[in-house]
Amino acid sequence: MQTVLSIAVDALAYGMVLFVISIGLSVTMGLMRVVNLAHGAFAMIGGYIASYAARDLGVGYGVAVLIAVFGTILIAIPIERLLYRRIYGAPELTQVLMTIGITFCIIGIANFVFGPTLKTIPLPPELQGSINLGFRAVATHRLFAILCGLVVAGALWYLIEKTAFGVKLRASVDNAAMAAALGVRTQIVYAVSFAIAIGLAAFGGVVGAELLPVEPYYALRYMVTFLVVVSIGGAGSIPGALLACLLLGGIDTTGRYLMPEFGEFFFYLAVIAIVCVFPRGLAGRAK
Amino acid sequence: MAALMNENAIAGKPARVRLAGSDLLGVAIVIAAAIAGYFLFPNNLALLTRIISIALLVLSLDLVTGYCGVATLGHAALYGAGAYAAGMAAVHFGITDPLAMMAVGILAGTAAGLLSGVIVLRAHGLPQLVLSIAIVHLFHEAANKASSWTGGSDGLASIAPDPLLGLFEFDLWSRTAYVFGVVLLLVVLIVLRLVVRSPFGMLCRGIKEDPIRIRAMGASVHGTIMRMYAISGAVAGVGGALNAISTQVVGLDSLSFTLSAEALVMLVLGGTGSLYGALIGTVSFLWFEDIVSAANPFHWLTIVGALLILVVLFAPRGLYGTASAFLERRQEARR
Repeated sequence: MQTVLSIAVDALAYGMVLFVISIGLSVTMGLMRVVNLAHGAFAMIGGYIASYAARDLGVGYGVAVLIAVFGTILIAIPIERLLYRRIYGAPELTQVLMTIGITFCIIGIANFVFGPTLKTIPLPPELQGSINLGFRAVATHRLFAILCGLVVAGALWYLIEKTAFGVKLRASVDNAAMAAALGVRTQIVYAVSFAIAIGLAAFGGVVGAELLPVEPYYALRYMVTFLVVVSIGGAGSIPGALLACLLLGGIDTTGRYLMPEFGEFFFYLAVIAIVCVFPRGLAGRAK
Repeated sequence: MAALMNENAIAGKPARVRLAGSDLLGVAIVIAAAIAGYFLFPNNLALLTRIISIALLVLSLDLVTGYCGVATLGHAALYGAGAYAAGMAAVHFGITDPLAMMAVGILAGTAAGLLSGVIVLRAHGLPQLVLSIAIVHLFHEAANKASSWTGGSDGLASIAPDPLLGLFEFDLWSRTAYVFGVVLLLVVLIVLRLVVRSPFGMLCRGIKEDPIRIRAMGASVHGTIMRMYAISGAVAGVGGALNAISTQVVGLDSLSFTLSAEALVMLVLGGTGSLYGALIGTVSFLWFEDIVSAANPFHWLTIVGALLILVVLFAPRGLYGTASAFLERRQEARR
């Protein structure tokens, strides 16, 4: 019973971190049809900035998170202008190569600037230690990560389903040309959602730093995981991504607890099975 | 496809003669480069053999990606299958004749090609990429787990191939391995030249251009790509087995996602959809890597990234494609 509960809490925390990072990827992929392999690199940049701000500048955790999110968006804007603009609507192979190239560059530069060691983001005292939930003690940080995931999911749901911007966003996802013809300024919708996606990636990178440690190969190590989440959830679908994250977080954590010697064998087996059965993702719509 | 035929019809000489001529020229250049490599870098033949082995992987990837338009990031699974099969045949079953090991590698590569073809072709777009990545990771984890068979993370060591044809020992300077590799590469190159020029090869190009139209013409898209995947697996198997025979050790890196991604980078650097492009891409990439990564491996990653971005932006057809387009334009201008 203890094991089951430990697995459940860890799986939930891991799944929520995955969700916060990859939901941005899902939205941009559904909207702009860009296979963005560099998404994890932006989460990594967020983690590095937060670590630098908290450890070297000595600011508080909350401020460090804000600096990381806006700093990463600032870094991403020129990259979007100069590089991503050119691959919208290009064949997948081109997009894959361009974004892998960006990932490699960011890894190399991160290592040059920050060195190859693991970076930690010091937690505030409130998030250290553990909370007793009655049946067992749970690390406060795990609960914080779960809470962040729920807040992000709720906020995104509200933004997309209940606001005027959400209407324009959904219209652009469904049919960009028609939305533009009806007076939606799709360029602005694209730019804003790209910024939100990058900001969420950075936020997830900081909040999840305890689970997915920040180091130069972060971008490459978790790139596949984020892509898997999006393709299983179905690009552009929030409930799909949430379901995929919980499912994959559960499979991965269970595998690690019960059969650590198999590594990620069962994770990838499950991925192949799910994609074969649902080629468009769990919540994907037929085109 | 139509453009290709027009191009041949416009040229003054009969198409067949001209094609055979350019084929002979290509093979002659490869032979000349191989001989030059042997005499210019007698102490680096191990590196040259590795380049040939990886070139076979890139050629095999070109068949699927360049000719059929299937984007995959998991092609090292086929290469690693060939390498591990050849190695395990030698270590566990006592099959130490290099040609027999090669045959085992080809069979295993073909089987892995068919398996990944069946899985990868289930989806399109992003899910297809994810499937291909999942396959290579699955192979990697399986090889890691079955350590009594594969040596796990230590690698499969003590592969001791017999002398080639009973005459030529595999020596410390990789002379035999290098010559063996060059001969294999030439055979594969000539066979693939015939394959991609055949009606079957043309059908594959047609599928890349417009699969719906090919289906409407009555051809089987799925079946054709599966056959190409089998051929591709055999070629990758040759590369893998060559690696096992020449280095006498097989590591988990031959089944890695990184190798798959690097193979794709080499292919695009050289130019997709042409066999010489694959060769040129491999040679220039690995040569460059050998020089730069000796200095600093992390700068190497930055440079590869920048190189990729530049190729995508300014030379989307790769080194070979851009050069041959340039030459063609000059010929047009002269006429």
